[in-house]
Amino acid sequence: MAYSDKVIDHYSNPRNVGTLDKSKKNVGTGLVGAPECGDVMRLQIEVDEATNTITDAKFKTFGCGSAIASSSLATEWLKGKTVDEALAIDNMEIVEELALPPVKIHCSVLAEDAIKSAISDYRVKNGLPALELTHH
Amino acid sequence: MLKLPIYLDNNATTPLDPRVLEAMMPYLTDVFGNAASRNHPFGWAAEEAVDYAREQIAKLINCDAKEIIFTSGATESDNLGIKGVFEMYSQKGNHIITATTEHKAVLDTCKHIEKLGGKVTYLPVNEQGLISLEELEAAMTPQTILVTIMYGNNETGTIQPIREIAKIAHAHGALFMTDATQAVGKIPVDVIADGIDIMAFSGHKIYGPKGVGALYVRRKNPRVKVTAQMDGGGHERGMRSGTLNVPGIVGLGKACEVAMQDMEADTARLSAMRDRLERELLTLEESYVNGSREHRLPHVTNISFKYVEGEGLMMGVKDLAVSSGSACTSASLEPSYVLKALGLSDDLAHSSLRFGLSRFTTDEQIDYAINHVKEAVTKLREMSPLWEMFKEGVDLSKIEWAEH
Repeated sequence: MAYSDKVIDHYSNPRNVGTLDKSKKNVGTGLVGAPECGDVMRLQIEVDEATNTITDAKFKTFGCGSAIASSSLATEWLKGKTVDEALAIDNMEIVEELALPPVKIHCSVLAEDAIKSAISDYRVKNGLPALELTHH
Repeated sequence: MLKLPIYLDNNATTPLDPRVLEAMMPYLTDVFGNAASRNHPFGWAAEEAVDYAREQIAKLINCDAKEIIFTSGATESDNLGIKGVFEMYSQKGNHIITATTEHKAVLDTCKHIEKLGGKVTYLPVNEQGLISLEELEAAMTPQTILVTIMYGNNETGTIQPIREIAKIAHAHGALFMTDATQAVGKIPVDVIADGIDIMAFSGHKIYGPKGVGALYVRRKNPRVKVTAQMDGGGHERGMRSGTLNVPGIVGLGKACEVAMQDMEADTARLSAMRDRLERELLTLEESYVNGSREHRLPHVTNISFKYVEGEGLMMGVKDLAVSSGSACTSASLEPSYVLKALGLSDDLAHSSLRFGLSRFTTDEQIDYAINHVKEAVTKLREMSPLWEMFKEGVDLSKIEWAEH
């Protein structure tokens, strides 16, 4: 399969690979996917509680090049956004940015799920109700 | 300078040996006659070339030249062998025994036989990829007409106990067939000593051309016949009609001659190279060889790297042309059925790489491959949440994953 230049770039030089301290109250962690399906993404955000802004984002992904690129791109986009702005990120924006082919759209869906799951975790830790996560 | 990508997918196909090309050239140009044209020198020259190729092949596998039926390749040979026996011996019975790790050319042909009303037993294999002789014995019935078990597996290189299997088949009055596509020309294959009645193989796995293969059909003790699956001019003793592919056949013959001459040296060199590749890659934690390491073709290794996803791995080893057990490298979504038959979980089957070395593989290429794979696996594991969890001692099987 031919990958787009942007996918190859993110795969070769992934941004924000790493781990945040999940015990911290202002860190939200999302772990989505399943090993048998060939994709597992863990996406973490660190939030400045005063401004409700995401100050840091890290990921680790087990998956194909498109899955790695989708999560790498997501962490880039998350930094500097407010939590509400982050919630508005739609998987199709990832598809467009990375020029993902139809068979790889599920990678972008997984990245969107990971973002929402991380935000939900952050909300629960801070006494807010969990998000209704619609599993694709 | 090393030329990239490096070709290590020689179980899929091999490059043509220059000696083979040289032998073929005249038959692609000046000597173009139809081997069935009996009334002029063009036809005689072609027939002579075909007969010579038959002799070259017969020497390699220790049979009589008349026992070679030329086909378009191993897939056709497998079809002709299985369907041909099923039709020819329908009075005697309708039961065929094979194994779950066979090539699709055998498995899908057997599925077809079932549609025609035949009965097929698919023997399982152990984690080494070997069938159980006791299970074979137990599966034999008075209706069993054919046992067909491959010589060496295309994905793992595992070599089945061919002689013992043949003995069991014969003790019950059944014929023994083997798909020896990966074995002929690579290891000594002797149809007499091995007790083989029917054997399929092809040209392009042994540095010969694509589009040509052969079926060995025993002529005495017992005399075996297969019903033709292609009707026409009655070529190849009536078992396979169609104008003979003279240049291809000449190439297959020459490839067999070269294989016979070079086998010992190739085996020594390739197995040493393969062992070094394997030893180095196994220094990576959580990496496993798939299939038997004891009973194996000399030029193959198949290794799974746990906690690394297969397609990501393929992208990471872009400087190598290798094959993967991952679904992503093929049209289907399921990971390799051969590796799954060995008892591998989906994720381990997905994260496997098959290395097939050739006569033309160099030590320098292997050095490069070792470093390239090590780097890719290490990098992907640093990026893998599963690897991090494994390192922290988390039992991944206890996690409730959200299936998607």
